[in-house]
Amino acid sequence: MESVKVYVDVTAEFSKEGVLTPKSFIWKDGKVYEIQRVKDMRRAASMKAGGVGMRYTCVVDGRESYLYYEDNNLWFVEGKAGA
Amino acid sequence: MGKRVILHSDINACYAAIEHLHRPELNGKPLAVGGDPEARHGIVLTADYIAKKYGVKTGMALWQAKQVCPELNIVSPRMDLYLRFSRMAHEIYGEYTDLQEPYGVDESWLDVTASGSLKGDGYKIAKEISNRMKSELGITVSIGVSFNKIFAKLGSDYKKPDAITTMYEDEFKSKAWALPVSDLLYVGRSTNQKLARFGIKTIGDLAQTDEHLLMSHLGKMGGILWGFANGYDDSPVKMEHTHAPIKSIGNSTTTQRDLENDEDVKIILYILAESVAARLRDNGFKCRVVEISVRDNELYSFTRQHKIDHATNITGEIATEAYRIFKENYNWRKPIRSVGVRGADLVNDNYWEQMDLFSSVEQREKQMKLDDAVDTIRRRFGFYSVQRGLMYRDKSLSSVNAKEDHTTHPIGYFG
Repeated sequence: MESVKVYVDVTAEFSKEGVLTPKSFIWKDGKVYEIQRVKDMRRAASMKAGGVGMRYTCVVDGRESYLYYEDNNLWFVEGKAGA
Repeated sequence: MGKRVILHSDINACYAAIEHLHRPELNGKPLAVGGDPEARHGIVLTADYIAKKYGVKTGMALWQAKQVCPELNIVSPRMDLYLRFSRMAHEIYGEYTDLQEPYGVDESWLDVTASGSLKGDGYKIAKEISNRMKSELGITVSIGVSFNKIFAKLGSDYKKPDAITTMYEDEFKSKAWALPVSDLLYVGRSTNQKLARFGIKTIGDLAQTDEHLLMSHLGKMGGILWGFANGYDDSPVKMEHTHAPIKSIGNSTTTQRDLENDEDVKIILYILAESVAARLRDNGFKCRVVEISVRDNELYSFTRQHKIDHATNITGEIATEAYRIFKENYNWRKPIRSVGVRGADLVNDNYWEQMDLFSSVEQREKQMKLDDAVDTIRRRFGFYSVQRGLMYRDKSLSSVNAKEDHTTHPIGYFG
């Protein structure tokens, strides 16, 4: 199954220390997904979707998924083709 | 001084790797980054490893590349994206040393001698950098680990892609000396031919040749190359942000169609001179030497330079001088494919001026004010908002914005 890059709208929070943390994102069907926890953040390449950025390992609905903040200031997730 | 630990890191097929990363749909398919074929600068800038297997090479015309590899995917270069990656790579290198010297967009020397106690030996650091480039940037590097810059570079070229090669003092005779002498930095085609006449084929041959013999035939460079081959290179890795002020500013362009006559060349020389002069002014420099380069449609090329009386960054003066040099040196046996203008021997723009009786100071000041005004208008309203009348003689030729489109080239090793 081929993965694709899906850009999403994100609500995020800047702490006074300057740390950017995503709080929720809107999937392309319009549904809002709350991010319960961010387990890890690091710069990483997404070989699946094609891109580089800050990678947030987010827990959404009890499951882990990656949310990337690209240096063009767009957020994307690795979606599934046709999904 | 103790032994140094020098790494040379080279991003493998840099432009192609970055394009691959951003185009997962081309995974496993041959890809080349090349100029826009319609604008006629149709050459391969970088080919990925799959395309290389078919015989696609850097510098090949795109139509040739398509011939040897019909399934080749050609994508236009996105320089800003590559520079962004280059910066991110430098950030990673920067966590291991402040002594890093870039060589072009995709290569860097790193002096990690002082990081040894904290981060481990050269090989361990190289391994860590290599892993981070893969996971953080999604690209691979080849790294050479050695005690000087020359052998570190040889090491990074030794095995590609995604490899680490050491060239330590007890290894270089077995590893480096077996390599063809043309692998050595600064052995170009013509030096290679000269060396071949003495039966010098490998780096080992060069190292074991009498230094004085080399110097008598190759001059100072002979001694330098002999030192390189023997591992005596002690040139330092230049510290970040301490680049010696640049030596020259230049621009060249391959034109949309061949240049056929003086007027065509004049248009292009003026465009290039405008860009060179504007960049000199931006950076607060003046030049004391004007240089032109010309390449005809059979790819024969030459450069000529001339020292000028007054240090200048006046567009008109640089353009006039460039055109004069051109007229003196070209006889129109063949049409021209590309030309370049360069201002060299730079000084600061507050450089004192010897006045003379034959040039009008007043006139020059007026020209400077004129250039200032043009710069301001262009900054506010765009490059094409104000143009020389000459440019309207041939709109398609003059439609290059040389200043914004310019490319940067690696700075010299001895810089």
